[in-house]
Amino acid sequence: MQRPVALDVRGLTKRFDRPAVEALDLIVYGGEFYALVGPNGAGKTTTLRMVTGLLRPDSGTITIDGIDALADPIAAKQVTAWLSDEPMIYDKLTPYEYLEFVAGLWRIAPDVAEPRARELIDWLGLTPHAHERCEGFSRGMRQKVALAGALVHDPRLIILDEPLTGLDAGSARTVKNVLSERVRAGGTVIMTTHILEVAERMADRIGIIAGGRLIAEGTLDELHHKTGKTGSSLEETFLTLVEAPVAAE
Amino acid sequence: MSQPATLTWLAEHELRLGWRDWLSMMTAGRRSRVRTVAIALVVFAVFMHLVAWSMIGGYASTPVDPGKSVLVAVTGTLLLSFSLLLSQAMESVTRAFYARADLDLILTSPVPQRKVFAVRIARIAASVSAVALFLASPFINMLAALGGARWLAAYGVVAAMGMVAAALAVALTVALFRSIGPKRTRLIAQIVAAVIGAAFVIGLQIAAILSYGTLSRFAPLQSEWLVSHAPGPHSAIWLPARAALGDAGALLIVVAASFAVIALSIALFSRRFGEHVIAASGVSQGAVRQRAADGFRRSSAAHALRRKEWTLLLRDPWLVSQSLMQILYLLPPAVLLWRSFHEGAGGFVLLVPVLVMAAGQLGGGLAWLSISGEDAPDLIASAPISPRRVIWAKIEAVMETIAMVFAPFVVALAFASSWAALVAGLGVLIAAAASTLVQLRFRTQAKRSQFRRRQVSSRIATFAEAFSSIAWAAAAALAAIGTWLALAPALIALGILFGVRIVSPRQA
Repeated sequence: MQRPVALDVRGLTKRFDRPAVEALDLIVYGGEFYALVGPNGAGKTTTLRMVTGLLRPDSGTITIDGIDALADPIAAKQVTAWLSDEPMIYDKLTPYEYLEFVAGLWRIAPDVAEPRARELIDWLGLTPHAHERCEGFSRGMRQKVALAGALVHDPRLIILDEPLTGLDAGSARTVKNVLSERVRAGGTVIMTTHILEVAERMADRIGIIAGGRLIAEGTLDELHHKTGKTGSSLEETFLTLVEAPVAAE
Repeated sequence: MSQPATLTWLAEHELRLGWRDWLSMMTAGRRSRVRTVAIALVVFAVFMHLVAWSMIGGYASTPVDPGKSVLVAVTGTLLLSFSLLLSQAMESVTRAFYARADLDLILTSPVPQRKVFAVRIARIAASVSAVALFLASPFINMLAALGGARWLAAYGVVAAMGMVAAALAVALTVALFRSIGPKRTRLIAQIVAAVIGAAFVIGLQIAAILSYGTLSRFAPLQSEWLVSHAPGPHSAIWLPARAALGDAGALLIVVAASFAVIALSIALFSRRFGEHVIAASGVSQGAVRQRAADGFRRSSAAHALRRKEWTLLLRDPWLVSQSLMQILYLLPPAVLLWRSFHEGAGGFVLLVPVLVMAAGQLGGGLAWLSISGEDAPDLIASAPISPRRVIWAKIEAVMETIAMVFAPFVVALAFASSWAALVAGLGVLIAAAASTLVQLRFRTQAKRSQFRRRQVSSRIATFAEAFSSIAWAAAAALAAIGTWLALAPALIALGILFGVRIVSPRQA
């Protein structure tokens, strides 16, 4: 049976002063946890910002859940959530109010959004702080509020850029559990990370990006197979794959 | 090169940081703009010299030893300027207390804190004086060119005022720290700074309205009552005024006294300054609980955006205090309105341009907060709502706030003159919309906490917003008295907006 495609990216290109992403092709299937890894400046964030409509590509196509995201960005955004590495929330709103605002932006009916918001607040351990302004929150708590905001409209595709950066062990574990739960419930998660152990443990497939190009992708075994280092860690495989194009240049 | 960790070495470091900070503010961090900024500064200086010539050229022949009425007027003008300097100095001191920047490095270094903060206080005094000298220079230069070199003594008076303002600001802020603690001092000091900056000007205007029925702040300074009740011409109170007029002896005393005051301030407060900076760095936000809502409200995306803007504004006393200056200027028109009703005077016509000008300025500030000061730009950009609808919702939030603030004035005005009220109402909306348009054209991505720096992020936007408000105010004033000449400033205002459209950066 053919798997549904959640994200289909073809020939995606973006240049700033120099090429950031070059003719990138990427397919992520529905219900899949896809990790995008790569060295600093490889083009991971630029790619995902183009997918979420935060950046206009120079060329290429982006299809989310069958919707042409460049032709109909509103429809594509309706089924997508974006969480950046720096949790952007409003200091003067409470988590509850923040989720109400996000539900309003995504036009989710209050009788659907509110129970979901309460459930998320509870799930993420934010209940004691639900009606406190976010201004005094730690980074971990802010990230949890932002994550709740990303989930309150029940997106089919969640895209996260380094969601575990700066989190303590407890908060990181909560975020990982929430993401795993989403995938089990049929959602699709795409995540960039520098923590290769997380990608190794959580992702169904891993894409390695370097110099704006997807240089390898597949399951962990497939990646090991490509480098001929069966049984080695993802770190070793990653370094082998990333250093190869650099050496070639 | 001086020895490390000495006062001169620290002063050199502060000077370098101050210079780079200023350069970065002027050029918005782009080195390629240095030449453009230099040319703009020269043009601005020439323009300001012409303005100064037209404003005070007639006073250049004032004698060194004038009568009491001149001394009263000059002293009043110096006090007006001093209140603004004190306001600016308090802002700088508060910033020095709370900005983290390099404090962790400094406080963990083996350099004595007292030495570091002595240099910091001196830097505040120097920067306040430098700004004051820069702004006063066209006026002093024109007076010197027309009335002789003696007027250059005014430079010494302005620098002395800057030093005394810095010393007083340090003392006031330290006193606030000791009396209400570091947590509340930040907000209160900024509100006090805003009020000090506006209070003296507004107080004089209110006095002028109550006594003479005019908005001119200089009317009380020229009143016979004040002159007759002022101390004799040889009183020490007139020393700054005499110094500004070119009396060398008075200048020597004023400058020496200001050095003594700043030296005393450094000696008394540099140690405490360090202690308070450490206390401020340990201030936590603390939890502010809001009343639990009754449930999510049904709303469109645009309404959610508008409600968010209002909530954020209402919950941020710092932003409210920053807007306070603009709102405070509405007090004199309110008094004039009240007086006009009681005495049946036609002074309400004067209200129209004041209201329009205030609306333009307030509208610009609110528009910056709403359009550029978005703390979660990624959230908004990734939401299923078109950028055009987002912008419209934010513009609606600004215009509705303006309407709420100014409606009581316009309604009150309608009881006196329905035509003036109609003109004022339209003028308020147009001026606010024009300022919003300027902010829209020059929109950037910034944090709301950077509100105070909005005016340096784009000089063109700041000037365009100010000149647009002035032009609309002039148009409204002429329309209120029923002359077709109102079309001339209105056309100028439209020209400014057209110019903004041409020179503004292309938005992605």
